[in-house]
Amino acid sequence: MKIRAIVPIAYILFLMLPIYWLVSMSFKTTNEILGGFSLFPQSWTFENYMTIFTDPTWYSGYFNSIIYVSLNTVISLTVALPAAYAFSRYRFMGDKHLFFWLLTNRMAPAAVFALPFFQLYSAVGLFDTHLAVALAHALFNIPLAVWILEGFMSSVPKELDETAYVDGHSFPSFFIKVFIPAIKSGIGVTAFFCFMFSWVELLLAKTLTSVAAKPIAAVMTKTSSSAGFELGLLAAAGVLTIIPGAIVIYFVRNYIAKGFALGRV
Amino acid sequence: MKTINQKGWFFVAPVVILVAFNALIPLMTVVNYSVQETFGNNLFLWQGLDWFQNLLRSDRFYGALGRQALFTSTILLIEIPLGVAIALAMPRKGIWVPVCLVLMSLPLLIPWNVVGAMWNIFTLPDIGLAGYFLNSVLGINYDMTQDPFAAWTTIIIMDVWHWTSLVVLLSYAGIISIPDPYYQAAKIDGASGWAVFWFIQLPKMKRVLTIAVLLRFMDSFNIYTEPFVLTGGGPGNATTLLSIDLVKTALGQFDLGPAAAMSLIYFAVTLLVSWIFYSYMTKDEE
Repeated sequence: MKIRAIVPIAYILFLMLPIYWLVSMSFKTTNEILGGFSLFPQSWTFENYMTIFTDPTWYSGYFNSIIYVSLNTVISLTVALPAAYAFSRYRFMGDKHLFFWLLTNRMAPAAVFALPFFQLYSAVGLFDTHLAVALAHALFNIPLAVWILEGFMSSVPKELDETAYVDGHSFPSFFIKVFIPAIKSGIGVTAFFCFMFSWVELLLAKTLTSVAAKPIAAVMTKTSSSAGFELGLLAAAGVLTIIPGAIVIYFVRNYIAKGFALGRV
Repeated sequence: MKTINQKGWFFVAPVVILVAFNALIPLMTVVNYSVQETFGNNLFLWQGLDWFQNLLRSDRFYGALGRQALFTSTILLIEIPLGVAIALAMPRKGIWVPVCLVLMSLPLLIPWNVVGAMWNIFTLPDIGLAGYFLNSVLGINYDMTQDPFAAWTTIIIMDVWHWTSLVVLLSYAGIISIPDPYYQAAKIDGASGWAVFWFIQLPKMKRVLTIAVLLRFMDSFNIYTEPFVLTGGGPGNATTLLSIDLVKTALGQFDLGPAAAMSLIYFAVTLLVSWIFYSYMTKDEE
């Protein structure tokens, strides 16, 4: 054991402390939480989780989030695939400006768009629908998907395209049967990042919904502000939102830097 | 070598349409508001550049901008060196590599409001782990809702907790891309650990570190959800960063003009940082 192993160990401990506290709170009863400080749950309870699984205002929040996040992932990938191919293989008028313009949308602050989005989506009659949130999140997820996919596609040699044409593939048949399988890990990584960035966003999702498509994040903010001290419930809801990321994290561990750096590492 | 093919436009058309719908219409709305005054009922009066002038003279705006600058520079000064140091100390091979990567990535994948809520629960003065420890064990009087300094320390530590891993992962990707012969040559020359870092590792990390600085700058400049959930901008206005102030003005007070003028200043910064990022990324492709 080298001395310098202390650094990552200490860092990981620091990362785990708040997460431990959240998990620990989620298994405590309200009485225990308000009764005073305890390092471990004294009387374990699953009551908080049961409330979330049985109360429609809670579990529908999860369904709403999953619906618009999946919708967004599908939309982003579908339109980003051909676009990324064009950026990685062709030169056309304005390509560089377009690529740059996409990046500016990934960097744009959500707060700037909150009010105009509210008015825009109300005007087109999409307010409080899953589609509205999915389209709004496409603002930053499509540029993200195009940039990441372009990074993966550019590392596929161009000879693959040429060989396929020689073998008599038409373009659509080449794209679907040869090219997409060749970059399938890239597509998986991109899908993961679209899912993740849509899943973690709150401001736009909250602004564009009221009842029917309300995301779990908004349900949580409401609990923390109005209902006062339902901390156990809040903690349990938080733990459940971490689970999707925690499940897939192992499979994408080598690509996380790449995804955050827009495919440029 | 890319072929010149104008058909590329057909491939990118769907992306352009969707993103333009989301980006151009709202942007035009914002530009429109920024030069008009409204009293509701769809009544708009031409205001010219008054909002911009007011904004550039208002203490409130400079207050928010100053707090934002302080926040962004503080977290950059902490996260970048800390991230590099952790990446250097991480194992390069063996079973501990995936363990480190998985555990360190976890904060990056937690919804932003949950990060805020988690830190709120963690720092409650009487029953939170950190709050209890500070108050009852160390005897420091710590209450985020009363003391601006405590609130600031908390949002900065929260951001360090949330995002340092990104710097670690990017730096680590730079470090493991250095081929072994570099280290062997350094060993033969009798280079010290510091020399290896300064002449081999740091130059190789330059690219990823630039990406890390730009991303961290931009994302911290846009930060909204975490401090909003944790402190709500308080106590008073102590932690009202630029985004929080913008949303307060636009959705809270419905002052569309000033909010729009602020949005455009935001937009200018976004454009500048994107341009630096873009030119840096495409530099070696020419």
